[in-house]
Amino acid sequence: MSVHGMWAVYRKELEDHFSSTRSILLLTVILMVGLVTAYMVGSGLRKEMEGMAKPSLVFLLLFTSTGALFSLAQFIAFFGPLIGMVLGFDAINRERSHRTLSKLLSQPIYRDAVINGKFLAGLTTIAIMLLAIVLLISGIGLLVLGVVPGWEEIGRMAVYLVVSIIYVGFWLALSILCSVLFRGMATSALAAIALWIFFAFFMALGARLAADIVAPLPTGASVNAEAVLRNDRVRSVVSMVSPITLYSEATGIVLDPLRKTTRSLVLMGPMEQLSISRFQSPLPLIQSALIVAPHLVSLVAITVVCFGICYACFMRQEVRST
Amino acid sequence: MEPAIETHALTKRYGRQVAVNNLTLEVKPGEIFGFLGPNGAGKTTTLLMLLGLSEPTSGTARVCGHDPTREPLLVKRLVGYLPENVGFYEDMTAVQNLTYVARLNGIRDGGLRHRMEELLDQVGLLAEARKRVGAYSRGMRQRLGIAEVLLKDPKVAFLDEPTLGLDPDGTQKMLDFITDLSRRKQITVFFSSHLLDQVQRVSDRVGIMLKGNLVAAGPIQELAKQKLGVDQERYTLEEIYMRYFREDATATA
Repeated sequence: MSVHGMWAVYRKELEDHFSSTRSILLLTVILMVGLVTAYMVGSGLRKEMEGMAKPSLVFLLLFTSTGALFSLAQFIAFFGPLIGMVLGFDAINRERSHRTLSKLLSQPIYRDAVINGKFLAGLTTIAIMLLAIVLLISGIGLLVLGVVPGWEEIGRMAVYLVVSIIYVGFWLALSILCSVLFRGMATSALAAIALWIFFAFFMALGARLAADIVAPLPTGASVNAEAVLRNDRVRSVVSMVSPITLYSEATGIVLDPLRKTTRSLVLMGPMEQLSISRFQSPLPLIQSALIVAPHLVSLVAITVVCFGICYACFMRQEVRST
Repeated sequence: MEPAIETHALTKRYGRQVAVNNLTLEVKPGEIFGFLGPNGAGKTTTLLMLLGLSEPTSGTARVCGHDPTREPLLVKRLVGYLPENVGFYEDMTAVQNLTYVARLNGIRDGGLRHRMEELLDQVGLLAEARKRVGAYSRGMRQRLGIAEVLLKDPKVAFLDEPTLGLDPDGTQKMLDFITDLSRRKQITVFFSSHLLDQVQRVSDRVGIMLKGNLVAAGPIQELAKQKLGVDQERYTLEEIYMRYFREDATATA
């Protein structure tokens, strides 16, 4: 009795996700762009590497080096939220407008089975899509580069995959929240997109503004290093509020074993710069993960909190469909 | 015998507005109870409270001996519901829709297919079983709704305006179903409607709701005696109802 309701909802939602025109279109577009970019990046890398003895850790460069317009990691960072939003924006309000929500809730299932089942189905779909993309890109890499990834690289890709799933899961939770709060499907889609645009484009401005208010740079002659550092630190802390920043920084470090810090080179003191330039060896995965542990924890936390809010709102709503 | 449905002083308030006021009624097992009233009288709200889909402001209700607010899952397992505008997943076929409801009820996939075909045959939808529900007419949707109710093998069936929008043939079929549910399957039928002649045709007892208050309840004959005088041979429910309605209108004027 206990959870059969949730699994019934989960199963049906999963079937819906994979058979709906919308998801198929989305997946096709993403795979197309991903494949083309992977091929271009792969060929580019191969040309660069001709003549060199095969360096280690080249597989990850598939994801991080820029193709024509963007690297694959940037592409997934940009489109990930879109996947999450497409899967969730009409989750609840569609049931409401088609009058199927009252039918669902008059079956002997716990009320939260509906929201849990939908969220889990969305998360599973995201996981399958992202896994497919990563595997396809790796496959192309194998073909074009002729390099087989080592365990270190596979480990990093696995961490990258898990972090990406959680990140897109945040956007899924957010769009389901919008579908709970707004009656119209178009309204909830627009609300989710508005939030995305805000985090993607305006967060940087907002963070700089906050930094200038809290720790302003002294105008005039003396611009000491202390003030600059403080200003930058406030800015980077405020920008951590944006899940996009959290994700980009975290995956930047995970995918590039040579990057040891999320800060830019300019803002480090001379001693630090020296140590960075001397110790060029790549970091083991554990160390990279430790650097971005706060980012990872925050990502998980915001996803859980977002889903928690969504859950609470759904449970409190009146059912009446007329 | 324990009543199938009973309420005591059941009340629902939305802010200042009282949708259902102090409702006390009883429905015996296996009987057909017609719940009458104009639009906005509180019929649907009462149904929702009996189903456990809405929480009463005060008062209690019991369906098959269980409280729908405290034990909603038990009640929902025993009760079938046909809402006023029944909703289906338009992109799925009738069979797929029924399968989903069956799974939600924990019915095993084993003999399900055979059972569904039987039910669809009973309601006359076997030929269109594999068509998308989006293409169904209103009559077909109502019939599929009934199939869904029967799928659960319920003890009580709540039907909200089941004949609304149906053509005369569809209406007759629906009324036959209702009678069948009670007489052959011993299911208690609690249905709400404002189409009085139809309610008269099938109900054992009726209850009249006006502005949230239950102004009368009982077999139609008794109500006729009360309202139209003794020895009234030929009466219509409409006449009885309009008496109550006018009384209420003049009382509040």
